Amino acid sequence: MKPMNNHTAVITVVGHDTIGIIASVSAILAEKRVNIKDITQTIMEDIFTMIMIVDMTESTISIKELADILDVLGEEIGLSIRLQHAGLFNAMHRI
Amino acid sequence: MITDFEILETIQMFQEQHLDVRTITMGINLMDCATSSAEETCKRIYDKITRQAERLVSVGEDISREYRVPIIHKRISVTPISIVAASSGTKDYTCFARAMDAAAKACGVNFIGGFSALVQKGYTDSDRYLIESIPESLATTDFVCSSLNLATSRSGINMDAVRDMGRIIKQTAELTKDRDAIGCAKLVVFANAPEDNPFMAGAFLGPGEPECVINVGISGPGVIKSALETVRGEDLGVVAETIKKSAFKITRVGELVAREASSRLGVPFGIIDLSLAPTPVVGDSIARILEEFGLESCGAWGTTAALAMLNDAVKKGGTMASSFVGGLSGAFIPVSEDEGMIAAATKGALTLEKLEAMTCVCSVGLDMIAIPGDTPATTISGIIADEMAIGTFNNKTTAVRIIPMPGKGVGDFVEYGGLLGSAPIMSVNPASCADFINRGGRIPAPIHSMRN
Repeated sequence: MKPMNNHTAVITVVGHDTIGIIASVSAILAEKRVNIKDITQTIMEDIFTMIMIVDMTESTISIKELADILDVLGEEIGLSIRLQHAGLFNAMHRI
Repeated sequence: MITDFEILETIQMFQEQHLDVRTITMGINLMDCATSSAEETCKRIYDKITRQAERLVSVGEDISREYRVPIIHKRISVTPISIVAASSGTKDYTCFARAMDAAAKACGVNFIGGFSALVQKGYTDSDRYLIESIPESLATTDFVCSSLNLATSRSGINMDAVRDMGRIIKQTAELTKDRDAIGCAKLVVFANAPEDNPFMAGAFLGPGEPECVINVGISGPGVIKSALETVRGEDLGVVAETIKKSAFKITRVGELVAREASSRLGVPFGIIDLSLAPTPVVGDSIARILEEFGLESCGAWGTTAALAMLNDAVKKGGTMASSFVGGLSGAFIPVSEDEGMIAAATKGALTLEKLEAMTCVCSVGLDMIAIPGDTPATTISGIIADEMAIGTFNNKTTAVRIIPMPGKGVGDFVEYGGLLGSAPIMSVNPASCADFINRGGRIPAPIHSMRN
């Protein structure tokens, strides 16, 4: 179970496992002052899946700008990286 | 507090099952644009729409980006033009359609609805002018949609209007025949038209609505279909429960988007329309959901029962997810806009008569159906009359959006591409109803209209 607040976002990374995926994502987050609250990852049949819960309270950029940066990174390393406001998941899965 | 499973399930819904929010529709009151000059009225219409909806598209795109929820359409609905234009002194209403079209283009939306009239009990002079202006208006604009309310359960059916609309639909087809009669795809007639419907072609802002309002239409046939694939062979109680749970989640996405759009635009939130809206994309079809129930093809016996249950379960799940549900709220069964319906109609498993039966248990009606161009206007009126009767006498919304394709017959296709899709031309019962239609007058309101 993941802690959430209004500035919480969810990053999911899916694709072929390679060296340094977490390092490259978290380097960007550190630079933009985005705090990682939780990480889980699994590798099933060589498909890497990571779910990261981040707190953007002190972030120097908006959620839209961070999403754009992560999209570019995703294309560079050949993975799908999605950043989404956590409100979506709360709305769909909690009464 | 969200689990990994829920996060991955959500992402799958968006990435693989085509979940999206179909439309954010801004309703804009135009009553204060009425003047005694057509030119001045057009100017006010344009100014008011572009002022109110200036940020609609950019706000929609921002929300889409932040939540990663595709929002397919941003649209506008306005006060029925027959009311707004009544005192303008002109009989040719095409200028108002052009003003709406120009405003829609300036705002960046892809449809604007409200070239409309509410004539369930009779015509005002303005209603007549509007109706006669429909063919030319739809032929000379790109984004304007037109709708008419011909009947209600409280007032009965205006059969003069039913008769006239058969002719108007034929004229609209004729004027746009070089584009596969696309004018008819932008024209719909209703019984019991909802005043807060966000979906085109039938969206307009009814006289009881606020100054400006945000209404949202959801989608999600692919999500329901995928959920049902996990319960193959289980009994129908399990099927109903599975649909309800999926509908809840889909509706919550719509509610979230509606609330965000409303707060960012400073415009009140109106309703969520719980309609399952298909697209011609594979995996986004209502017909395929019905087939997942266990039917060889949509249109087989059992289709109406399956559709009734689907429609009901979607509403039950959806009403739990949002307190403000309105619009059409039910499964749509357009033929050209649904890959499975196109396939069923093409192979002859789905007929016009079966579609009529299906409209008794779902929203909205005979939708995006192509018929031979030589179908008489009175027969089109007869099709409309039957559909209006189903709505009026069963206290529900029904509609007809039908395309009599000039120069084409059964076996041919109309091709629009995009979300309007393509449709095989379906055969129409050749027996005449001309004498019935030409009687005119009104079909009285049903006995159960007297509730006071």
